[in-house]
Amino acid sequence: MDKSNEKDNSKYAVVMEKIVKRFPGVLANDHVDLFVKRGEIHAIVGENGAGKTTLMNQLYGLIKSDSGKIYVNGVETRIENPNDAINAKIGMVHQHFMLVNRLSVVENIVLGMEPVRGPFFARDSACKQINELSKKFGLFVDPDAIIEDLPVGIQQRVEIIKVLYRGAEILILDEPTAVLTPQETEELFEILRALKAQGKTVIFITHKLHEVMAITDSVTVMRLGKVTGVVKTSDTNPRELARMMVGRDVLLRVEKGSAKIGKEIFRVENLHVNENRGLEAVKGLNFSVKRGEIVGIAGVAGNGQSELIEAITGLRKVEEGRVIFKGVNITNFSPKRRRDMGMSHIPEDRLKHGLVLDFPLYYNFILGKHDNPRFCDGEFLRLIDIKRFSDELVKRFDVRPPIINLLGENLSGGNQQKVIIAREFSFNPDFIAISQPTRGLDIGAIEFIHKTIISMRDQGVGMLLISMELEEIFSLSDRILVMYEGQIMGEVTPQKTTTEEVGLMMAGHKLEDLRTQEA
Amino acid sequence: MANDLKKFYMNDKIIVPVISVITSLFIAAIVMIMIGKNPFIAYGALIYGAFGTKGALINNLMKATPLILTGLSVGVGFRAGLFNIGANGQLIIGAILSTYVGTKMIAYPFYLSIPIMIVTGMLGGALWASIAGWLKAARGAHEVITTIMLNYVAIFIANYVVNGPFQAPGGVPKSPKIAYSARFPNLITSGATWLSAGIFVALAAVVVVYILIEKTKTGYEIKAVGFNPYAAEYGGISIGRNTVMAMAISGALAGLAGTMQVMGLYYRYLGALGGSMGFDGITIALIGQNNPIGIAFAAFLISSIRAGSNQMQIAGVSKNIVIIIQGIIIFLVATNRLVKTLMFWKRKEVEEA
Amino acid sequence: MNAWIQAIISVFANPIFYKSTLNQSTPLILAALGGVYSETTGVVNIALEGIMLIGAFGGVVGSYFTGNPWYGLALGILLGVAMAALHAWATIRYAGDQIISGTALILLAQGITGFSLVELFGKPGSTDLVRSIPLVNLGSFENVPFFGRIFSSLSPLVYIAFASVAFSWFLIYKTRLGLRMRSVGNNPEAADTLGVNVYNIRYFGVLMSGVFASLGGAFLSIGELGQFTENMSNGRGFIALAAMIIGNWSPTGAMWAAILFGAASAFNDQLQSQGILHLATNTQYLFGMIPYIITLIVVGGLVGRSRAPSADGIPYIKD
Repeated sequence: MDKSNEKDNSKYAVVMEKIVKRFPGVLANDHVDLFVKRGEIHAIVGENGAGKTTLMNQLYGLIKSDSGKIYVNGVETRIENPNDAINAKIGMVHQHFMLVNRLSVVENIVLGMEPVRGPFFARDSACKQINELSKKFGLFVDPDAIIEDLPVGIQQRVEIIKVLYRGAEILILDEPTAVLTPQETEELFEILRALKAQGKTVIFITHKLHEVMAITDSVTVMRLGKVTGVVKTSDTNPRELARMMVGRDVLLRVEKGSAKIGKEIFRVENLHVNENRGLEAVKGLNFSVKRGEIVGIAGVAGNGQSELIEAITGLRKVEEGRVIFKGVNITNFSPKRRRDMGMSHIPEDRLKHGLVLDFPLYYNFILGKHDNPRFCDGEFLRLIDIKRFSDELVKRFDVRPPIINLLGENLSGGNQQKVIIAREFSFNPDFIAISQPTRGLDIGAIEFIHKTIISMRDQGVGMLLISMELEEIFSLSDRILVMYEGQIMGEVTPQKTTTEEVGLMMAGHKLEDLRTQEA
Repeated sequence: MANDLKKFYMNDKIIVPVISVITSLFIAAIVMIMIGKNPFIAYGALIYGAFGTKGALINNLMKATPLILTGLSVGVGFRAGLFNIGANGQLIIGAILSTYVGTKMIAYPFYLSIPIMIVTGMLGGALWASIAGWLKAARGAHEVITTIMLNYVAIFIANYVVNGPFQAPGGVPKSPKIAYSARFPNLITSGATWLSAGIFVALAAVVVVYILIEKTKTGYEIKAVGFNPYAAEYGGISIGRNTVMAMAISGALAGLAGTMQVMGLYYRYLGALGGSMGFDGITIALIGQNNPIGIAFAAFLISSIRAGSNQMQIAGVSKNIVIIIQGIIIFLVATNRLVKTLMFWKRKEVEEA
Repeated sequence: MNAWIQAIISVFANPIFYKSTLNQSTPLILAALGGVYSETTGVVNIALEGIMLIGAFGGVVGSYFTGNPWYGLALGILLGVAMAALHAWATIRYAGDQIISGTALILLAQGITGFSLVELFGKPGSTDLVRSIPLVNLGSFENVPFFGRIFSSLSPLVYIAFASVAFSWFLIYKTRLGLRMRSVGNNPEAADTLGVNVYNIRYFGVLMSGVFASLGGAFLSIGELGQFTENMSNGRGFIALAAMIIGNWSPTGAMWAAILFGAASAFNDQLQSQGILHLATNTQYLFGMIPYIITLIVVGGLVGRSRAPSADGIPYIKD
């Protein structure tokens, strides 16, 4: 953006200037500038962790900026809480809906700004206002329906009406299509067009490039907390956006020799898995992992990766298809039986699944192995052996401070992850399902963990690696599968692809389509 | 730095209950002053009533016996993340079953009848508590509600049997007495009070529970489920099985408490036999922070206060003040954030000074 | 068998059974309503038992010292609200464990009433007789056969209990405040983002539980006889909790469940006193456990299903 634009802020609905937001260990927004014209649909695109939502949470007053200025309709505005945002006619539809499930549509919409008649809540006049809004923007809902009975797409409409009811002129939608079916997405786009036609401004956070092309007027691309591009939608194409989104160079380099690939150890066939609300999250996956190789699964969070790994490790029910490990059909085996067969699991959420924070380290080191005869003589724990084993692991994996009596909660995130990795890598596993091994860790810990993963590969362990960090996938994997909406878009090897190509697959393009386009 | 962390952890575990106990005694003292009594005299009487004479000490230890067990019962539940408010009902079922068995033990030698009594009482309590455990594990029913309801069902069952099929003639409803071979020997006798061998059973239970919790696979699994059920499941530990198991162990300890009252004190079932021991168990487990050794000391603290309260009443302060003290202790433990906040302020002041 | 049918018919044909049902239901309805207020906003309150006890005691003390039972009622409510305020303070302000705090308050109520009983009346066990709230005389209606006998000489608190159900139903389902209560109990975070003050609403819910539970307690002491005896709530707080659960956390549902429990108890009493069956006295204990077993079956989801507010029992910590 050139200087003249910066000075003349009045033609913009929203201007965010040099926004800086630092979280412990991360610079989430690094002098971000954002210009959104009045009456346009403006996309903010970027990978997970690019800082999109953080930026919008500052605009909506959910978190405070460290520095920077916000102008609304050309006027500098201080937004310190959601009420300030509402007063500035800004509304936000969160990725996770803020709805009270047991209440009706009308009750949810007016909550906090209820019309009253005498002592009573004036339900009929609330319904009337809602029906007016519904008609004006094509947002049809039954005001008397109970939220929990409604499909997700309709719940989202309720969220949008809630924002409009509060008089919003500027609507922020955070990944609105992440939870929608293609038909619901199309309906949402109709609504967005209606909003635009009525003069509303829409800020649309997404990572799906075809949606950007379909509905928006202009785009701000973010990567690693910085703006990497501002373009008009009509002047760009998905390929260019993908390049700006994922960047060109892989920063992390892990030293590794070529893989000594052995026999197949693990396979899934036509795997179908549902997410918590019963919608299908994994839609018929087929792939295999061989000894001595790392298969990476790239993809934006929420495309079925978590459900996939939970199904593989026995924490989630498989709806259809088979999981084969060492030639045995383990589809319905308990987590414990899988562990006993030589499967390990580094979970996505280390605090929820990976550790018992109130346990000392030496207890955490044997979680899942506590009934192994090495640690347990009949009913009695072999505490001396457990502690000796833990001391060994603490040394070998450089856990700091190296005191096995400390509680899990007393360690830093990096050292907590080392404890989990030490545990899961011990006992000679044959196959390890790894999810987000380095999320939120510092460079030193990341390097150490990457080296350890490679050394396990070289010992002939088969590994499935799920990561939202494309760099991690590229530097560790021998093969890469790209997952989008529960399906695999294509399989590539890091040597024979580009981040741009993978970025396009992550945004919903099939590899075969991309390659035929090229040819 | 690591040592500091460890010290802080230790402090936290010990300081909250200690501050709670001291504060409650202090508040009770203020109440005494308000009604014109001298708290020093009252507390002096309390100490004399708890420890002053041989008979007092015996009485104190006899009271401590079941309290150690109900404290352990509630404590084991807490370890699995379960609030067993039903120790009272489990105690009653354990007591009534062991009493029934005890009346049939006339032809048995003591070395058979005493273990049979103990096992029966524990099984009775365990089964009763398992109902709540199963309802939680299989049906998701909250154990607080189910154990409260089971308490009342147990009371009604007991009332039914001692008012009919299992009634001894005359006076208050009560069961017949158990056989001599099923009674504990008295260790010491002083006037109308005696110390039964039940105290050794209670102390043995402390050791067994300590070993169970700290040294066994079952203890490991129960604690894992209590601290973090998600991680437990990830580690292959069954949440449902351990929920039922923890409730059963908790109930067995409460049932044992009832059996101690039968075998060592009343030699029969009486309605008043359980008293408020279930609720006392909650106080004790909270003061003892669910640690078996801590629970043993906490039980002795509560039994001392209870035993001494009669003497205090003679000195002019109603023994109900003891219940108030217990209530305040639990309340302060519930608001441990408040206690910690107070501690934190203190620390900050020291730093600033 | 024939004798049983005769006996049951004779109970149902007797207006005393219905009158007794009304009297036994009233404290349960009021306390269960208290539970509904608290848990609708998301705070579990097992201290109902303690609040009832202190309400009963306050009623007698107030009546004893002023000679006016209505002042007694006011004192009972005041003490009940004070006790509820302690619960609110511990669980809302300090996010304390709601069950532990409730347990503490049950003990505190027992201790305080037992202690004060001795201090004020000089003896343990029970108080002197005091003036109770005058019963409602319906005039000539009392001469109407059957119905006249059911409704003759009821305590005004019986009518207040039923009026409170209607009032609470309107408040919770038809007013702005009620909407906010329900939103706070189900999704406090969503309510918070819309500018609803979660803490204030929860304080309101818990304090109202103090009002109604202590009203129910006062009925026990100054509703009829005019005397307080130690532990006179005698588990009714827990039954009220059960009625609230079976009634699916709604004022009307809780009322019906409370009436069911009251009727079960009245039926049990009447069955003992009718002259056809010559029941052994201990059968009353067998019938007495029925409400508790029903509750176990319902909370176990074996019959029907009741659902607590989603955020019930979870402290809301604003970060």
